[in-house]
Amino acid sequence: MPIEPNPDIAVEAHGLVKRFGNNLAVDGVNLEVPRGAIYGLLGPNGAGKTTTVRLLTTLLRPDAGTATIDGIDIAREPARVRARLGLTGQYAAVEERLTAMENLQMIGRLYRIDAGDVRTRARELLERFDLVDAVDRVVKGYSGGMRRRLDIAMSLIAQPSVLFLDEPTTGLDPRSRLAMWELIEELETDGTTVLLTTQYLDEADRLAERIVVIDTGRVIAQGSSDELKDQIGGDRLSVTIARAENAGRAIDALRPLCRSGVDVDPVGDGRHLTASISAGDRVVPSAIRALDDAGVDVLDVEVRRPTLDDVFLTLTGKRADDDGEEFA
Amino acid sequence: MSVDDETPTLGHRANTAAATDGVRPRTEAAEPIAAAGDRPEPQTGPLWIVRDSWVEATRHLRVVPRNPELLIYATIQPIMFVLLFVYVFGGAIEVPGFENYDQFLIPGVFAQSIVFGSAFTSIGIAEDMQKGYIDRLRSLPMSRSAVLIGRTVSDLVRNVITFLVMLVVAFAVGFRFEGTFAEALAATALLLLFSYALSWIQALIGLSVGSVEAANSAGFIWMFPFTFISSAFVDPSQMPDWLEPIARNNPFTVATDAARALYNGLPVGTDAMVTLGWSIGITSVFAALSIRKFASSTVA
Repeated sequence: MPIEPNPDIAVEAHGLVKRFGNNLAVDGVNLEVPRGAIYGLLGPNGAGKTTTVRLLTTLLRPDAGTATIDGIDIAREPARVRARLGLTGQYAAVEERLTAMENLQMIGRLYRIDAGDVRTRARELLERFDLVDAVDRVVKGYSGGMRRRLDIAMSLIAQPSVLFLDEPTTGLDPRSRLAMWELIEELETDGTTVLLTTQYLDEADRLAERIVVIDTGRVIAQGSSDELKDQIGGDRLSVTIARAENAGRAIDALRPLCRSGVDVDPVGDGRHLTASISAGDRVVPSAIRALDDAGVDVLDVEVRRPTLDDVFLTLTGKRADDDGEEFA
Repeated sequence: MSVDDETPTLGHRANTAAATDGVRPRTEAAEPIAAAGDRPEPQTGPLWIVRDSWVEATRHLRVVPRNPELLIYATIQPIMFVLLFVYVFGGAIEVPGFENYDQFLIPGVFAQSIVFGSAFTSIGIAEDMQKGYIDRLRSLPMSRSAVLIGRTVSDLVRNVITFLVMLVVAFAVGFRFEGTFAEALAATALLLLFSYALSWIQALIGLSVGSVEAANSAGFIWMFPFTFISSAFVDPSQMPDWLEPIARNNPFTVATDAARALYNGLPVGTDAMVTLGWSIGITSVFAALSIRKFASSTVA
């Protein structure tokens, strides 16, 4: 079925399926990433994120479905697709016996870029990725963060139209992780389309303008971080009371203020209550007054936006960092 | 009591300040990316295969002068074999047709060492697979076969270097080319070609096993019967009856006999042609299998 290429869409996938033996790793994934956007593919281990990336980057052939990069079919013209994409896999794929400059030059030449252009571009990237001091040192002595930065620089050497980042911060220490986030954010100003996978909710929340939540090979939700949070219903009111035996009275007192029922947090000791509310800023005084009138001693009242953790829990019934079955 | 319409559990704003010594903030504007349409079409064809293969071969060869210890490790074993066989068995072993066992033995050690050299191919490829480097190369618009051609060619070059070191040691213990220099050159070329063919078997092994450790065993283990059940160290007529025909028909025996005849200025018969045939046959079959496997390989 020929698809009319839309110049504003960088990545498009329809019903992608990949099976490994009896294991349906990717089960009908649909995606549409507009040019210049940063999209996040969010899901737990084994959700099918990496397999989806491997399909889109022509490393695997889909069992069913179609996908295009810049309107070019991945199955029919994989070589043309490869000329347009950059891939940074889960493990920093750098040649550790060579220097940063040599690594960049080598990949640049394999992208068939003119040697002079490669040098210029490599210098730019080394500068930008803060690797200038290490440029003539072999990669073997680099820290994990430096390797990962070089890895991404290598993926950018040919100025790809679409950059795939498979779990770009897995295994990095918090500082390198933050540095990596800043780098990825800068890519947006370049106009590079980025599809990144992550199992970290804070990462998707910060980097991706749109998040595609994937679980057991299927897209189960998508939207901006705010849209996903709205799907599970407004803000969250959470109240901690002094004594668990007052929970019943507290629930009765709070119910008129809340959109739905008031739950006792299942993991707490019966003193933590949560509820979804619509008007965050005015609820707190009323809640405290209502609880006070009911004779309940209050330790803490907090209103917060739901986190993606809440979203994931609501959508899948499990936490995002639960280890699922591992298949790649 | 806290009222906060931000997302305190994510809290990235508060952390941003801590990143000052990470990547320095960039002020200059980035170059815009090329528009979707104006990208050169990826080139194909034999010249591009050669060019890409060379780029990939230099990745491996560049590191040789930087890590001379790797070459030293690679040459220790052949040197040890020359010395051990010459001094330990040299006096005890007699082979028909050779007055001097060294002249019989040393071409056999050459053959074995050069063939052992092919095992580096499987280890190298397994390492690239394990580290995700193969995935990176497979995502590039480069020639598919170049990754393997580059690897096998660079291993061949390394093998030549190892051989030269071994040759010096052999001369030191009394080995001489009894034929012409051209014959010695032909003998060496034949052994290298045979080893190159085997490195394609090793490439397939490297692509098939999941780890460097597995490649290390799978690449080396068959080399022992392959090189010992042969004419490399003793004449097959001195082996048990059931083993002798196996040794005689082993392609490694043919390659060793051809090289030995040429090094000693003896008539080589059909052995050289048969070795050539084996080399071309093994290369064609295993290069095709490896390249196919490469195109579909995935990291386990």
